[in-house]
Amino acid sequence: MPRPSGRRAAVLLGAAVLTALTAACGAAPDEPAAAAGAGGDAKTATSAAAFGGVEDLVAAAEKEGELNVIALPPDWANYGEIIKAFEAKYPKIKIKSENPDASSSDEIAAVKSRKGQDRAPDVLDLGIAFARSGAEEGLFAPYKVEAWDRIPAGQKDADGRWYNDYGGYVSIGCDAKRVPVCPQTFADLLKPEYKGKVALNGNPTKSGSAFGGVYAAALANKGSFGEIQPGIDFFGQLKKSGNFIPVESTPATVEKGETSISIDWDYLNAGYADQFKDKGVDWKVAIPTDGVYAQYYSQAINKDAPHPAAARLWMEFLYSTEGQNLWLKGYARPVLLPAMTTDGTADKGFVAKLPKVEGTPAFPASAELDKAKATLAEKWDKALS
Amino acid sequence: MSAPTTTPHPTGTAGGSTTRRRRRGPRTWLAALPLLVFTALCFGIPLGALIFGAVTRTDSGSGVTSLTGEHVARSLQGPYLGSLIGSVQLSVLTALIGAVLGVLIAQAVVTSRSQGLRSAALTASGVLANFGGVPLAFAFIATLGISGVVTQLADLGSLDWDLYSFTGLAVVYLYFLIPLMVLVTVPALDGLRPQWREAAQNAGATPWQFWRHVGLPVLAPSLLGGFVLLFGTAFAAHATAAALVGGSVPLVTLKIADALSGNVLTGQENVALALGLDMILIAGLVMAVYLPLQRRSARWLR
Repeated sequence: MPRPSGRRAAVLLGAAVLTALTAACGAAPDEPAAAAGAGGDAKTATSAAAFGGVEDLVAAAEKEGELNVIALPPDWANYGEIIKAFEAKYPKIKIKSENPDASSSDEIAAVKSRKGQDRAPDVLDLGIAFARSGAEEGLFAPYKVEAWDRIPAGQKDADGRWYNDYGGYVSIGCDAKRVPVCPQTFADLLKPEYKGKVALNGNPTKSGSAFGGVYAAALANKGSFGEIQPGIDFFGQLKKSGNFIPVESTPATVEKGETSISIDWDYLNAGYADQFKDKGVDWKVAIPTDGVYAQYYSQAINKDAPHPAAARLWMEFLYSTEGQNLWLKGYARPVLLPAMTTDGTADKGFVAKLPKVEGTPAFPASAELDKAKATLAEKWDKALS
Repeated sequence: MSAPTTTPHPTGTAGGSTTRRRRRGPRTWLAALPLLVFTALCFGIPLGALIFGAVTRTDSGSGVTSLTGEHVARSLQGPYLGSLIGSVQLSVLTALIGAVLGVLIAQAVVTSRSQGLRSAALTASGVLANFGGVPLAFAFIATLGISGVVTQLADLGSLDWDLYSFTGLAVVYLYFLIPLMVLVTVPALDGLRPQWREAAQNAGATPWQFWRHVGLPVLAPSLLGGFVLLFGTAFAAHATAAALVGGSVPLVTLKIADALSGNVLTGQENVALALGLDMILIAGLVMAVYLPLQRRSARWLR
């Protein structure tokens, strides 16, 4: 780079000083108005409109300059790309991603233990039970995104304290190179040819997807949302016949062939199929027709979010067409998928790659879910040991 | 370590007698004050929080905290009790086997008098004793799992071998418990003076009589100490078991993890704390057996 002559340097320096001075003068009076739009305070804003519109929200969020997220694994439902896309769209907001592999209870614990601190998480991606219990404890700020009306009524809290974001169906992943005929239903799994092959993604008293697997097995065996016992019995039977192996299925065990049949969310199983294609694993995904069970995760805003405007902007981004399609790209089914299929904004290429399933999903009520969990916690050990 | 040194070592017996005669004034504990404060802060506060959480309940609506025995009672019932029993069974079994095999290996290393073998065995033990968690679990899955290399080669499947069971878990635990036992017993076996054995031989004792009346009684506290250490290690192990057997072998550490940081059960945190309290009590009981015995024969092994 050519060195500027003495005079040009002086002019440049003067200009720089002037800019700095005006910037400093301009910043000071803004301070008291931070995080406030035309409609008022971001902390209490219940919608973008109430805050004065999305543009005010963007301005307030950029002033905050940061967003704390927690428990968002980059390789889960395409979260890595979603975070990058948000940062690209709002370059003035930096996302601080904490503990990507945390669980829902870790998230709630972080909200409680860091109340009033700058490091507290702004937004949460929670298992449905934690969204409900957290809302009851008054931990979340009510906020309705612009797409609020298009979220099905069964998948949101009426007050907007939480609403579902994305989800998937319990599916059976299968290594077609090691298993000659891949199982298509829960009933198939009992066949002797699958001895020592069927795994869950962890322990159902801890892992949400394993819990979903037991729930689906219950539905496949004359159980219901309130009656999970047939599902526990089913896995007890699988264990007795030697088909069930209790090792937690992970990308490593899938690739190694140890868990050649893995019951897991369809978006994870479909992701494995991509991930392992070039490693010689032919991973097939089937949604069992006898036990169709879908479960969604929920989004919520921390009531004491240190960056309330950025938190609300993040929500608007997630529930925008762009955000929803990014989840879809990760094989997850975004909550607005039915609405977006109707109005044609869903990315057809991504939709075509989703595992096929018939009908619309049904969801257990809070009381049913609680009962199922209590039964599972009480009976699982005995059935499996 | 056998690093060459130029300064002469103080002789053991003379040093022992002078330390015993040191002044025990009121100021001696003052020197330990930093340690005591550190202990109180770093162990006392978490323990206090654990006990507080185990015996209280906070109402989520009103925020009122009240005393309750409910969590401790729940931690001693049903599947939680089952997991405590399961953990104790697994820990006692693996600590017993690990202690016996570890002593035999340590004795072989000590009597071989080969410096190469000794340092190799001790280095390997140092590494293996700290090899645990998910990497260890996956190493076993790859070798002894259902489609593992050794399982396939030796056709272990037809022998009813199952890595994902109580037995399988015990084998995995022994993989790091035996080296741990070797590490802690080699110094004790070194302390068994050759002169004692020579004296016993001169007096006409058989090797069996030497071990029965001299060797084992002197070693007993060290062996028991090793057993306690192994028990504690097995009792507190978590990640290996979590990756390997999930919920099918009930263990208390897995139950605590389920209750404390899961995606399924809500509002179980205090039961997890109560389970932690149960674990501390069990570990305390085991230590209570060990300490008096350790004191009894420590004098032989300086």
